[in-house]
Amino acid sequence: MNTATLVSIRNLVKTYQRGSEKIEVLHGIDLDIPKGDFVCLMGPSGSGKTTLLNLIGGLDSPTGGQIEFDGDRIDQMGSGKLTDWRAHHIGFVFQTYNLLPMLTAQKNVELPLLLTKLSASQRRQNASIALQLVGLQDRAKHKPSELSGGQQQRVAIARAIVSDPRLLVCDEPTGDLDRKSADEILSLLTQLNQEHGKSIIMVTHDPKAAEYAKRIVRLDKGTLVRDPA
Amino acid sequence: MFAWLNQIVQVSWMNLKNIPQRLGTSLVIVVGIAGVVGVLTAILSMGAGFRATLGKAGYEDRAIVMRNGATSELSSGLSREQADVISGAPGIRRDATGKPIVAAELLVIADLPKASTGTLANAAVRGVRPGAFLLRPEVKIAQGRLFTFGTREVIVGKQAATQFDGLKLGSRIAFRDSDWTVVGIFEAGGSVNESELWADAEVVQSAYRRNGFQSVSVALENASALTTFKDALTTDPRLQVKVSTMKQYFATQSEMISKLINVLGYTVGLIMAIGAVFGALNTMYAAISTRSREIATLRAIGFGAMPVVISVLLEALLLALIGGAIGAVLAYLLFNGYTAATLGSNFSQVAFDFRVTPALMGQGMMLALAIGLIGGFLPAWHAARLPVATALRAE
Amino acid sequence: MKYFSLIWASLFRKKARTILTLLSIVVAFMLFGLLQAVNQAFNGGADAADADRMITNSKYSIIDMLPISYQAQIAAVPGVKAVAFASWFGGSYQDKPARFGVFPVVPDEYLGIAPELQVSKETHAAWNATRTGAVVGESLAKQMNWKVGDKVPLVADIWPQKDGSLTWTFDIVGTFHNTKDQANGDSALLFRYDYFDEARQYGKGSIGWFLVKVDDRLRAESVGKAIDAQFGNSAHATKTQTEQAFAQGFAKQFGDIALIVSAILGSVFFTILVLTGNTMSQALRERIPELGILKTLGFSNRAVWWLVLLESLLLAMLGAALGLLLATAAIGAMKDALSGFGITRIGWSVIAEGLVFAFLLGVLVGLAPALKAMRLKIVDALNA
Repeated sequence: MNTATLVSIRNLVKTYQRGSEKIEVLHGIDLDIPKGDFVCLMGPSGSGKTTLLNLIGGLDSPTGGQIEFDGDRIDQMGSGKLTDWRAHHIGFVFQTYNLLPMLTAQKNVELPLLLTKLSASQRRQNASIALQLVGLQDRAKHKPSELSGGQQQRVAIARAIVSDPRLLVCDEPTGDLDRKSADEILSLLTQLNQEHGKSIIMVTHDPKAAEYAKRIVRLDKGTLVRDPA
Repeated sequence: MFAWLNQIVQVSWMNLKNIPQRLGTSLVIVVGIAGVVGVLTAILSMGAGFRATLGKAGYEDRAIVMRNGATSELSSGLSREQADVISGAPGIRRDATGKPIVAAELLVIADLPKASTGTLANAAVRGVRPGAFLLRPEVKIAQGRLFTFGTREVIVGKQAATQFDGLKLGSRIAFRDSDWTVVGIFEAGGSVNESELWADAEVVQSAYRRNGFQSVSVALENASALTTFKDALTTDPRLQVKVSTMKQYFATQSEMISKLINVLGYTVGLIMAIGAVFGALNTMYAAISTRSREIATLRAIGFGAMPVVISVLLEALLLALIGGAIGAVLAYLLFNGYTAATLGSNFSQVAFDFRVTPALMGQGMMLALAIGLIGGFLPAWHAARLPVATALRAE
Repeated sequence: MKYFSLIWASLFRKKARTILTLLSIVVAFMLFGLLQAVNQAFNGGADAADADRMITNSKYSIIDMLPISYQAQIAAVPGVKAVAFASWFGGSYQDKPARFGVFPVVPDEYLGIAPELQVSKETHAAWNATRTGAVVGESLAKQMNWKVGDKVPLVADIWPQKDGSLTWTFDIVGTFHNTKDQANGDSALLFRYDYFDEARQYGKGSIGWFLVKVDDRLRAESVGKAIDAQFGNSAHATKTQTEQAFAQGFAKQFGDIALIVSAILGSVFFTILVLTGNTMSQALRERIPELGILKTLGFSNRAVWWLVLLESLLLAMLGAALGLLLATAAIGAMKDALSGFGITRIGWSVIAEGLVFAFLLGVLVGLAPALKAMRLKIVDALNA
C-alpha cells in the first residue's frame, strides 16, 4: 500500500437483512483515499452513499471485503476497539448537526475530549480553540436551540475537529442550510483541508457543494461509476 | 351548544381510543392513584374497625361507675361497700324479680401467649357476677357452657380464643398457681367483650388476692335516667366516683387510638396524594406532548380550545376513576374483615376487624377524582394554549 | 467525575418532567422517613435497652405488684451487682391521661443503676433534699414549659392519697438528660418513692418492678433464672428478663404496626417504581438519537450504559436525600406533638436504610433502559 494512502478499500460488500430478504447494498467497492484528500461522494438516493460513509467512519461493519485505515484493518476490529479507533481518528459532521440539545456549544465541543485523559481546564481550552477556529467563540455559552442552522453546523464541525482526527466524515453537511450558510460551511471545510491537513470525505446531493471537493466519486446502485484518481 | 358538545364528544373519543397506544404512561396514573386510594382506605378501615368494635358496647342506657380520676377500668378501684351503695342508687332498671340489674366487676390482666407472635401479651380477665349477663343480654355462649360459679372455670370471648394460643374449648390454662379450664366460648355482638376471658368474680378475687372491684356497671331505666343516677352517686359522701354512659366511656377509650390512626392515615394519604398529583401531571403532559400535532390539527380545522381542555380533563378523570376503583376494591378484598389486635386502653389486647366501609371507599374515590382533576387541569390548559402553527411543525 | 455535568444536563433535558418525577421520589422518601421513625419509636425501647440490665416483674401480669422486701433478696443472688425499683403511677395532667411515664423511685439507687440518665450534682442534691421533688426529662420539660421550682399537679388514676384526694403535687427540682434518647427515654417524670409510699391509700410496701444490674452480661440469663427460682413458690412469683426482651415483648403487644408500615411502604415503593420506571424509559426513547451521537463520537457501549444508569441513580438518590431531609425537618417541626409517642427524630440507621433503598430503586429503574442504550446500534439510533 502506498504510504500516501489514508483509506484503502478493497472489494467492499455490505448486505442488510430486511425481514427474510437479504439486500446487498454495496457490491464490491474498491476505493483509495490519499492523505490530504477532499473527496465528494455523490449518487442518487439509495445508491449506498451513506452506507459506504458509515463503513469508512467505522459506524458499521462490512459483510465482506476490507477497509484499511493508515495500515489498520478496521473491518477486523471488534466493536469496542472500533469505538476507540473512531474516537481517535474520525470526526463526524451530519446533515442534522446532531448536537446534544441540553448542552451549550462549549460543552458540546468538549464532549469528545471526555474520552481523553485531558484535564478539565485543558478540555475547556481545546474546545475554545476549536470554537475560535470555526468563528463561534462568542457563542460558547449558547445552547443549540439558540443558534442558527449554520452556527449549529459550525459547532458540529468544531466538535468533529476538537480531538484532532485524521479524517472528517461529512454526511450532507449542507443539506439543511441555505446557500449562504452552506457556502460558509464548505469554505470552512476547505480551509480545514488545506490549512490543517484534514482529509475529508463528504456525501452530498448538491453539485455546487461538490465543486469545493478535490474530486468526485459517483456511486450508483452499490457500485462505483468512475474513480478519476 | 349542540355543536360544541359534539366537539367535546368527538375529541374525547379520539383521545380515549388513543389510550392503548400510550398504555405505559396511562398506567402511571392508574397505578399511582390505586396506590393512594388503597393505602388510605386500608389505614382508615383499621380506625373504623377499632371504633366500631368499641362502639358496639356503647349503649346509652347502660352506665359504668369508676373511681374518680380513673381513666380506664384497669386504673379504677371500688370496694365492696361502695359497690353495694351504687347498687342501691335510683334510676337502675330492675329485672323480673324486682332486683336492680347491676354488674360489679374486676378487670385484671393475665399474660398469655399471643398466637400471631408467640410472645406473651396482656389478656383481659373479667371477674363477673350473674348480673353481668342480665346487663349484657348480647352475651351468648356459642360453644360449651357457662362456667360454674365458685370454680376455676372460664369462658373465653370469640376473639380472645383466636388471638391467644391455648384458649380452645376444654383447654387448661395454667396461671396464678393453678389450672383453669376453658368451658365455653362466648359471643358478645362483636363488642370488645369478645376479646376478654370471663370467670366468677369471687374466684378471680381470691386468685388475684383482691377484695374489691374495678367498676360497677348498671342498666338504666332509660337513657334519661342517667342524671338521676349520676346525681345520686356524685352527691353521696361515701363515694368518690365518676359516672358515664357506656357510649361515653367507649368513645373516650377509642379516642386516642382512632385519632392516632386517622392522623397516620390522612398524613400518609395526603403525602401520597401529592406524589400522585406529580405522577398524573407527568402522564398528562406526556400524553399531550405525544399528541400535540394531532391537537394542533384539530385546532387548525376549527375545533375550539374548550373541547380540547375538557377532553384532556375527561381522560385524566377517567384514568383516576379506574385507579381509584382498583385501589378501593383491592383494599376491600385484602383488608375487609382482617382481624388485628392491639393494646387497648385497659392495657390489654383488643381484637378488631378492619372495616372497609362504603363511606371510606367513596372517600377514596373522591380523592382519586381530586387528584385526576388537579393532575389534568394544568396539562389541559397547556394543550389548549398550544400555538397551532409551531405544534403543526413539531415532530 | 468529568461525566457529571453531562449526566446532570441529560437529567434535566426536560425540566418539567424531571422535576415532577423527582418530586414523586421526594414524596416517597419523605413518607419512608416518617413511617420508619414511627416504626422505630414503637420498637425503640429495644435500642435504649441496657444489655447488662434486667427487669424483674410479676410472673402473672404487669399489673401485679411485688413486695419491696424482694430487693434485699435479689441483691443477695450471686452475680447481681445492684438492684433498684420503680412503679407505674400513670395519672392525668390537665384533664388528659399523661402521655409521659411517671415513676416513683429512690433517687440514689435509680440514678445509680441507670447511668444513661444524667443529672447535675445540684439537681441530684436538691432532689434528695425535697421529699415532693421530681426530675423530668429535658424534652418533656421543654414541651410542657416546666421550670425548676414549678409545682406540677397530677391527678392519680390508680393511686389515691390516704385522705382520698387524687391530686399529687410535685416540685420540679431539675431535669435529666437521657444519653440513649432513641425512644421516649427523655419523656418521663421521676419522683420520690418515700413520698409515694407514705401518701398512698393502699398497697404500701409494694412496687411495680425491679431493675437488676448483673456483673457479667453473658451470665444474665442464669442470674435471671436464679432470681425467679428464689420466689417460684411464694405468693408473688417473678419473671426476670433482659430489658431488651422486655421492650420487644411490649412492642409486640401493639400488634402489627411493623407489618402495616411495611405494607404501606411496599405499595408506595411499587407505585414509585412504576412511575419513575415509566418516565425513565420514556425519556430514553426520546434520547435514542443522542445516545447514537455519543457512540459515534467514540463513547463505548459500557460508557453509555453507565451514563444512563448513573442518571437514574442520581435521580433516585437526589430524591431520596431531599425526601429524608424533608422528613427530618417535618419531625423537627412536629416534635412537640410527636414526642409523646416517642417520636423525636429520624435515626441515622433510617437515613442509611433510605439511601440503600434509593440506590436499589435507581438500579432497578435504570437497568433496563441502560441495557437498551448499551445494545443500541449507531446506525439505527441515528435514523430514529
